[in-house]
Amino acid sequence: MSRHELDARRLLCPLPVIRVQEKVKTLERGDTLDVLCSDPGALNDIPAWCRINGHKLIDTRSEGHHITITIEVG
Amino acid sequence: MLAARLIADQGIHVEGINFYTGFCVEGHTHAIRNQHRAKPKRNNALWVAERLNIKLHIIDVIEQYKDVVINPKHGYGANMNPCLGCKSFMVGKARQWMEQNGFDFIITGEVIGQRPKSQRRDTMPVVARESGAFDRLLRPLCARLLPPTLPEREGWVNREKLLRMNGRSRKPQMALAKQFGFRDYAQPAGGCCFLTDKRYSHKLADLWQSRGEKRYDLDDIMLLKVGRHLRPRANFKLIVGRDDGENNFLHGYRRQYVHMFPTSHKGPLVLVNGTADASDLQLAARLTARFSQGKEDEEVTVAVCNTEGGQQLVAVRPMSPAEIPGDWYL
Repeated sequence: MSRHELDARRLLCPLPVIRVQEKVKTLERGDTLDVLCSDPGALNDIPAWCRINGHKLIDTRSEGHHITITIEVG
Repeated sequence: MLAARLIADQGIHVEGINFYTGFCVEGHTHAIRNQHRAKPKRNNALWVAERLNIKLHIIDVIEQYKDVVINPKHGYGANMNPCLGCKSFMVGKARQWMEQNGFDFIITGEVIGQRPKSQRRDTMPVVARESGAFDRLLRPLCARLLPPTLPEREGWVNREKLLRMNGRSRKPQMALAKQFGFRDYAQPAGGCCFLTDKRYSHKLADLWQSRGEKRYDLDDIMLLKVGRHLRPRANFKLIVGRDDGENNFLHGYRRQYVHMFPTSHKGPLVLVNGTADASDLQLAARLTARFSQGKEDEEVTVAVCNTEGGQQLVAVRPMSPAEIPGDWYL
């Protein structure tokens, strides 16, 4: 199990979801992914994408204009 | 949503595909503009998939879609929407995905006669043929008005449980949604693509005309969704933020475009798109002042910034509405 990061800042939804989807395909079950976003729409879309695709939302954090969403690959 | 539910109810495994062309309405504008902040920023495709308890695959087709928009095989609809070509393209992409992922057939929510160009009895076979899906393309909502497809003939799908919807009215879909217990659903007609929007299409046509060729990249089509666009002269146009949300978004382009904003009054961030000389920038500054809170004052100070971060302050008289011809607004 390893930890990875994806920079999706300045991308507007659904592009952050698309980039997460592409990245997760390259990861193993149990890996964690920190996604950095600037579009607040990602706060809804990435958790929804995780729920329907069987991944686990670990955490969401907002710092200034940026959001970090941590997911565990299911 | 309805077609997927009808098929899933027959015990068939269904997964959703949503194509992102760059022209999709939801998401971007909602995220950018202040006035949309109160609305939920949900992605409708994800929301529907969750309601149906199916997987959803969102596919980036921005690059491939350019050819559909620039060279529409069947022409444009009422605006710059290449409806029939778009449908064939998307079903074709769904067919490729189906083949790569071991699925057997494609379903869509199309209804005969629902749309004037892409959903007619005579154009439906065109989509099936041009997409390469042929009789692996099933339209569950109107299937019983069409010849049986492969999944029906093979008995994978019970044709008797499919529907015979027809015509422009959405009442049958709404009744079916009620029957399924769906109280909320996405905008049912044409509201999901900026290319169906008259004003957006006009701005896209202007972009191509100013370039002398039909060409765009993702930033171009994003910027067409944001702000007030004015073309005072053929060699440049202005993109004027309409609220703080748009100003923030446009601020992200400050390293790509000459931009300006009033410093003596509250007002918009304005991008200068094109090649502007000193006289053009003076005009742009006066227009920037026009959209500031100093529009009625004698003088407004405007910061004119280059892409390297350099800034020059100019004092200008705001343009009056009478000085701005209507055709400057795109």
